[in-house]
Amino acid sequence: MKKTIGPTETKYFRLPGSLLLDNNDSLHEGIIAYETYGELNKAADNAILICHALSGDAHAAGFHAGAGKPGWWEIMIGPGKAIDTNRYFVVCSNILGSCMGTSGPSSLNPATGLAYGLQFPVITIADMVKAQKQLIDFLGIPRLLAVIGGSIGGMQGLEWSIRYPEMVFSAILLATTQRHSALAIAFNEVARQAIMADPNWQDGNYYQGTKPDMGLAVARMIGHITYLSDEAMRHKFGRRLQDKEDFSFNFDADFQVESYLRYQGKKFVERFDANSFLYITKAADYFDLAPRRQADGSLKSPFTRAKARYLVVSFTSDWLYPTRESRAMVKAMKKNSLDVSFCEIEAKWGHDAFLLENERLSNLMSGFLDRMGRESQSYAL
Amino acid sequence: MRFDLEIIASWIEPGTKVLDLGCGSGDLLYFLVHNKEVTGTGIDFEEANIARCIERGISVIQGDINEEVLDYADNTFDYVILSRTLQQVYEPEVLLKELLRVGRRIVVSFPNFSHWLCRMQLFFMGRTPTTSQLPYDWYNTPNIRVITLRDFRGFVHKTGFKIIREMGINTQNEDLHGRVIRLLPNLRATYGIFLIGH
Repeated sequence: MKKTIGPTETKYFRLPGSLLLDNNDSLHEGIIAYETYGELNKAADNAILICHALSGDAHAAGFHAGAGKPGWWEIMIGPGKAIDTNRYFVVCSNILGSCMGTSGPSSLNPATGLAYGLQFPVITIADMVKAQKQLIDFLGIPRLLAVIGGSIGGMQGLEWSIRYPEMVFSAILLATTQRHSALAIAFNEVARQAIMADPNWQDGNYYQGTKPDMGLAVARMIGHITYLSDEAMRHKFGRRLQDKEDFSFNFDADFQVESYLRYQGKKFVERFDANSFLYITKAADYFDLAPRRQADGSLKSPFTRAKARYLVVSFTSDWLYPTRESRAMVKAMKKNSLDVSFCEIEAKWGHDAFLLENERLSNLMSGFLDRMGRESQSYAL
Repeated sequence: MRFDLEIIASWIEPGTKVLDLGCGSGDLLYFLVHNKEVTGTGIDFEEANIARCIERGISVIQGDINEEVLDYADNTFDYVILSRTLQQVYEPEVLLKELLRVGRRIVVSFPNFSHWLCRMQLFFMGRTPTTSQLPYDWYNTPNIRVITLRDFRGFVHKTGFKIIREMGINTQNEDLHGRVIRLLPNLRATYGIFLIGH
């Protein structure tokens, strides 16, 4: 087992002024929760931003005081690891709309003193990135050596490279897509319906009373189906029964897969807010970097603005963001003469593969970051 | 580095942009990037090769070369390298034209099927030749095209492109050493290397 960065803690940054959002609303007095690991060097050119996925948080590595469990990407971030905290200054912040310290629907609305609920503006991936940009400015980082993210984190990485091309030297995009597919939107919609059908949801106004736990649990169960794969489920569960020899002939969890999903749902409601789930999945559904029709009728790819060097990685059994979607973004990058590397890693664990220990993925990332470190020297700030 | 790759590397002008098709684990690109200030990209089908390239800091894309070249804009590269791969290409003429669209020059190398060892096996034994360059039997070979140096010259002329440079070499499969064959290359060279342009 490699070394851990050790004790870490979450810090909070208040957004200066108000943040103008894609829906033309403004977010006032926004807060961003973040953590940093390692040291920013004198040239301020060794910073890496980690973008988390749907239910992640700012606590990517190390251990909080008294906690037995490390941050969510401990396998990847730390001294001597792929994202080496001896060399890089690593920043991870909680996304806008979430419930892990950054402003979201469960935060207090400064105008009312009560939780926002559905008063919280509907946000996009770009809004999350705009908020992160303020944090990166505050930390004194003129250019990020790399933005790294998987899934919805990968969408943020893409958005960063297009919105702030001068600030992103490279981006590592794992198991992600440049536009949410109908399949992905469909699963998200069913999950949202599960939440909104829970009588405790109360149009999002449940913070004083009972939370819509059942709806959120079902939403999470749907999510977990998409994070696994047909193959992964056959390996992991098959038709095996859970702690019993025969069918129960009632509606308890007979099969291991049922028990697994129920457990995941139950565990999730203890740490996540149902409204945050609605907001973040909606932001993912809106995400689309396909070429846009211009005023003169021509089609223009958002990638014409980008300058980053990219590493794109997909996983064979990921059916939420399958390889063909990674290929589509690689194609767009090539068409715009961008430096891109692409690898499809054979993995049977579905979409979740990017979060699991994977030597190949670690080696790819550290090799790519090595090169970025070298190449960025010749593009002085 | 392999002898044939060393010859190819010597043909590449410093500071240019290079696309290496079927780049394997990236030996040639690694050499070019570190010794000739080349900006390079590779394409290969094998995940293990791709991983090795990225680990050692080579930009590379996993995919089918016939498909992947289609995405590049005209004249994206100074050189496109197709090393020991032409004999496995289903539509060589289509690919050649495509490569000379995305690149200014292309370097093509392939095993020479008219090497005397091949000729002897066919003539005296009446069997499909197997040599260290062409080690497969007819039923398991990935080499669907049988090419000689003379065939290839004719093919390039037919397409209207120009052969700017050509060289026959004698080297074994993974050899670091070899010889340049000037006399009777179509008979004596195990590989041919061609530089082609408009």
